[in-house]
Amino acid sequence: MGKKIISAVVAVGLLAAGAYLGSQLGSDNSATLVGGADRYAKQAGNNSAAVSSLAKSVGASGKGQVHAVRDGELIQAAVQKAQPGDVIQVFPGTYKETVYIDKDDILLSGVIVDGQWPTMEGEQKLNDAVLYSGNNITVENLHITHYKGNAIMGQAGNNFLIRNNRVIDTGVYGIFPQLGKNGLVSNNVLSGIEDAAIYIGMCDNVHVNNNEVFDSVAGIEIENSRHSIVENNKVYNNTGGILTFITPGLPIKTTFDVIIRNNFINNNNHPNFGAPGSIVAGVPAGTGIIVMAADEVTIENNIISGNKNVGIVITDHDSFANITKDPDSDPNSDKVSILNNLMFDNGTEPMDEIKALKIASLTSGNVDIINIGTSRDSCLLNPPQYPTLGTKSFGTCGFSTTANTVTYLLAEPVAPREFKLEEKGKMVYYGVCAGCHAYNMRMIGPPVEVIQALYMDNPQGIVDYITNPTKKRDDYPAMPKQDYLSPEIRRAAAEFMLNTDSKGIFHDPALNQQQ
Amino acid sequence: MSRSNKGSRSWLLALSLLMGGAQAESNPARIELASHCPPGFELTAANSCALHSLYDQYNSLYNQGVGGLKTALPARREGFSPQQIDLGRQLFFDPLLSGDQTLSCASCHHPKLGFADGQAKSTGIHGRTASRGAPSLWNMAFLTSFFWDARAKSLEEQMTGPLYSPNEMGNNPAQLLSSINANSTYQRLFATAYPGEPAQPISLAQIYTAIAAFETSLISLNSRYDHYAHGYAEALNANELEGMNVFRSFVARCAECHTPPLFTNQQIAVIGVPEAPGQPFDTGAESQSHNPSWRGGFKVPSLRNIALTAPYMHNGAFANLRDASEFYTKGRGHALPEEEKARVILHWHIWEPKLADLELERLVDFMQSLTDESFTPAIPSQVPSGLTPGGRLPAALQSSTAKADPTPARLVSQGE
Repeated sequence: MGKKIISAVVAVGLLAAGAYLGSQLGSDNSATLVGGADRYAKQAGNNSAAVSSLAKSVGASGKGQVHAVRDGELIQAAVQKAQPGDVIQVFPGTYKETVYIDKDDILLSGVIVDGQWPTMEGEQKLNDAVLYSGNNITVENLHITHYKGNAIMGQAGNNFLIRNNRVIDTGVYGIFPQLGKNGLVSNNVLSGIEDAAIYIGMCDNVHVNNNEVFDSVAGIEIENSRHSIVENNKVYNNTGGILTFITPGLPIKTTFDVIIRNNFINNNNHPNFGAPGSIVAGVPAGTGIIVMAADEVTIENNIISGNKNVGIVITDHDSFANITKDPDSDPNSDKVSILNNLMFDNGTEPMDEIKALKIASLTSGNVDIINIGTSRDSCLLNPPQYPTLGTKSFGTCGFSTTANTVTYLLAEPVAPREFKLEEKGKMVYYGVCAGCHAYNMRMIGPPVEVIQALYMDNPQGIVDYITNPTKKRDDYPAMPKQDYLSPEIRRAAAEFMLNTDSKGIFHDPALNQQQ
Repeated sequence: MSRSNKGSRSWLLALSLLMGGAQAESNPARIELASHCPPGFELTAANSCALHSLYDQYNSLYNQGVGGLKTALPARREGFSPQQIDLGRQLFFDPLLSGDQTLSCASCHHPKLGFADGQAKSTGIHGRTASRGAPSLWNMAFLTSFFWDARAKSLEEQMTGPLYSPNEMGNNPAQLLSSINANSTYQRLFATAYPGEPAQPISLAQIYTAIAAFETSLISLNSRYDHYAHGYAEALNANELEGMNVFRSFVARCAECHTPPLFTNQQIAVIGVPEAPGQPFDTGAESQSHNPSWRGGFKVPSLRNIALTAPYMHNGAFANLRDASEFYTKGRGHALPEEEKARVILHWHIWEPKLADLELERLVDFMQSLTDESFTPAIPSQVPSGLTPGGRLPAALQSSTAKADPTPARLVSQGE
């Protein structure tokens, strides 16, 4: 990779020995039962989905037309032609482009023929391979390599499905859905990413399973997100394996309700090659799981081994290196629950700060779990089984498994807001028309009253005119075309305009019940 | 009102033409407050103005108003009456609000300059220089903090800064109250705008509310970018689309903080902008918040109408959008003074994206597609004080003769 290696010792200040010692002076809390047996009990609505049917509320419908893209053609040309519901099949070949999907319900699907994949090749010049902003987007079966930014990045799309992709040596993040609700990231292979290979940012109800992530700075990161499960992933030879963070300074301020279970988290000892200044540049090499400022994180049934610094570290904003304080985020990791995990061979070469803590606490053996900072209402299910540091305040978990919580994916897709055409007409009237037309006075265009008198029962006349306006009046400037509005929206706006009075009240009794 | 009332509507039309609309206010007429809402707003049965936007079609996570193209806006302030909004317009443009009656709010927030003033740092009373540049006032209705360092949590709190700063409008509450209360036109207009409240005396809260009402009516959400966002693929040309993809890419990362639909996430970010030679380092949000990790941090500004408000950054460090964009690709902390490099915690998105020159040009193309001034309010042809509406103009709008004489001719305050 040849990227700059940051010394974990320099970059990270998990010092706070004073805070650590303070927590050690408190009494042993292991006799306190933390969390009721009902924490992950079966609940209506979230336990019915079998794992095999996880994808049922996410992804595109695939009900529309199929657009085939072959080597030498542009995927984006097909995206531009596609309507919601359509399928874009990308056949084996090399595609050097950024594909952006600003539409809903598009299925972007690679076709693998005789072991040959469609490859998106960024040549270290292109920024991102796939950007989407629409809802119900599926991206699958693509081989993505050598992009500078992200392989697959979502901005605010809900119900996303990202699966079966191979993302190799690609920039900052591999798969990065941001600001979305209800999404599944499944069966992807990612390596060589200089930040998080799979990065769930400011999302809700996300399921990350069956992925293989390696040779990256961070394997899987759940950041400022809630109601998420990370399970059955193979996470190895990264700098840090699985991270659950609140990153300060983001507009959505919390991380809570995250389950990390049934993962292989092994030998995450890769030197840190994160970009200077990035949060993950502060991740010490050799760390299996980091919980920073996240609440209600439950860690169960993982195999965590060979991580030279430590198996699990729980910390806060005050103890992490070079991090901005955000007064709107709670800096502590509270309600962290460590159930049964298989842990061995961790902590064989800890960073200097942990070495110092070990000396201060007369600990000689290797440490699997360390807590640095304040962590309230946290627990270990079986405290004696792990060598730990800083967990005296932890109680004993009152529940033993998360198994009954199968997924936090929603039973039904997040629905778009539904608006009647009349309501959209009103939005256009106020959002667009009102810039030039006031009801009963002259602005840039003639008053609405005058237009009403002219077109009284002829909304289509308005539609025709605004689609291709001609200059009509000497004393008014020519009207600009409004053809960017769809024909049905133009019609709805025209009807609203003809039926409104100066208060903007629409003379359709059905719409006016509240007024 | 029903369709059978057509006759009375025509009568209203005739009356309004007689009185003159917002565009046609003519001189000797008595100032009346509008009974209609500004463009974009519906007048409700309760005589308040409710904004409608095509963004109301969408959702946003936790109603934070940040996301992608089809994302709802953040919560907004609205619900002022048309009379309060129009009274705010009178106050906004009335130099009576400044200590020496030369400056109005528009002297630094002028509608012809994107509601900013085109200066690196604003010029206040007696030619004094303000400490930072004047931000644009477009889309204030959606913001939750004000000033570059985010120290004010409401527009009412914010406006007491410039009104009473000795370097800005140089007024004080006692003088403001006495000059407004002594004006018979304002007495009448405030009584109209606040019908349920005691007519006398006019209070500071009423003044602040009216100005906030006007400021929250400045809505810009109908740019060509917005047409694209709502689904019209041809609204942006190829260069602008390319720019948009650079903008939201994770290489440039612009959209990580300048997040649609407002093009700000309203957070504090420490980015390390240079100060002019000889100027001290601006500690930004650190001092107000007592948060050392916000040293040199400023509120992320919205980029809507950004092409209209050069120069850029809190101190006008960059003359144009190209230079402002290039700042982000010149290296993390490259412009910080030596003594700040060790103690400033730069935002993690400040890195070295190595943007090509062409990419910078495309970014500028895209940002220019964010311009929409279709709801610009009219400058009143007269204000209650009888002073020149707007008072002293920003330097960029002054004619050469006006520049020679920084004190504009004053009418005698006459009231009614």
